[in-house]
Amino acid sequence: MTILFLILAVLAIVGASAAMAFRSAVHAILALALAFVSLAILYLSLDAQFVGFTQIIVYVGAVAILAVFAIMMTRSDSAHHHTEVFSKSWLTGLVLAGGVFTVLAWAVLGDKTQHAAADAPAPVTTVTQIGEALMQRYAFPLEIMGLLLTAALIGAVVLAMPLLSNKSGAKSVTKGDAR
Amino acid sequence: MTPLNGYLLLAAFLFSIGLAGALTRRNAILVLAGIELMLNAANLNFIAFWRYGTHPEALTGTMFAIFSISIAAAEAAVGLGLILAVYRHFKTTDLDEIDSLKG
Repeated sequence: MTILFLILAVLAIVGASAAMAFRSAVHAILALALAFVSLAILYLSLDAQFVGFTQIIVYVGAVAILAVFAIMMTRSDSAHHHTEVFSKSWLTGLVLAGGVFTVLAWAVLGDKTQHAAADAPAPVTTVTQIGEALMQRYAFPLEIMGLLLTAALIGAVVLAMPLLSNKSGAKSVTKGDAR
Repeated sequence: MTPLNGYLLLAAFLFSIGLAGALTRRNAILVLAGIELMLNAANLNFIAFWRYGTHPEALTGTMFAIFSISIAAAEAAVGLGLILAVYRHFKTTDLDEIDSLKG
């Protein structure tokens, strides 16, 4: 339980809570990026360098930017509207989340198994080792992941692209979009 | 409290925050952000178990985290594409107003 862990844990919790509570969607995504960055530094402090940098590249560099683009393209920033931030059934959601946390914390704190001590030597992992594991033992999952990413890429483009599915009705849809 | 328990508690709390956000926010994009937060909490568990587990040289936790991050990236792209398609139809991303299947 080091000082670094406590600081990063507080940063992650503050960022995540702010992301879920802020009224403006853009501010919420920025707070979410703060939580992602503190989680990446937590991974680095856990000697998982590759995952830490992947986290920064994928989450802060891609997912947060993608979410900001989606906000821009949908004008869903509720700071400019007089709409409610939370849904009508917010109490049910809060109670459910609190119950889930209670059960998880009870299970974690009741854990009696012996784990490696805090001063256990850090496992040495190089990118070479990760690459060799990906190319040998995890080669088949890697292929499946490539297939999945390709399918997701095509699927996202098809979903977000207008006027693709109905070429015959393209004229009327164009009219509909113009209004 | 061992360091592993600290990481597991932090992950459980982040998961609950994400779950609360996904269940209570009205903006569809922020519901997706809550789901991403829950995936991140699971990744933190993978890494913490890998670091304080018995066979860290097997790289199992690292591999699981890498694959989980890839799945999350694909899910974010498809989810935001879906939100754009829904927005084009309903002209809103407020989930309490998107309540009809036929439109």
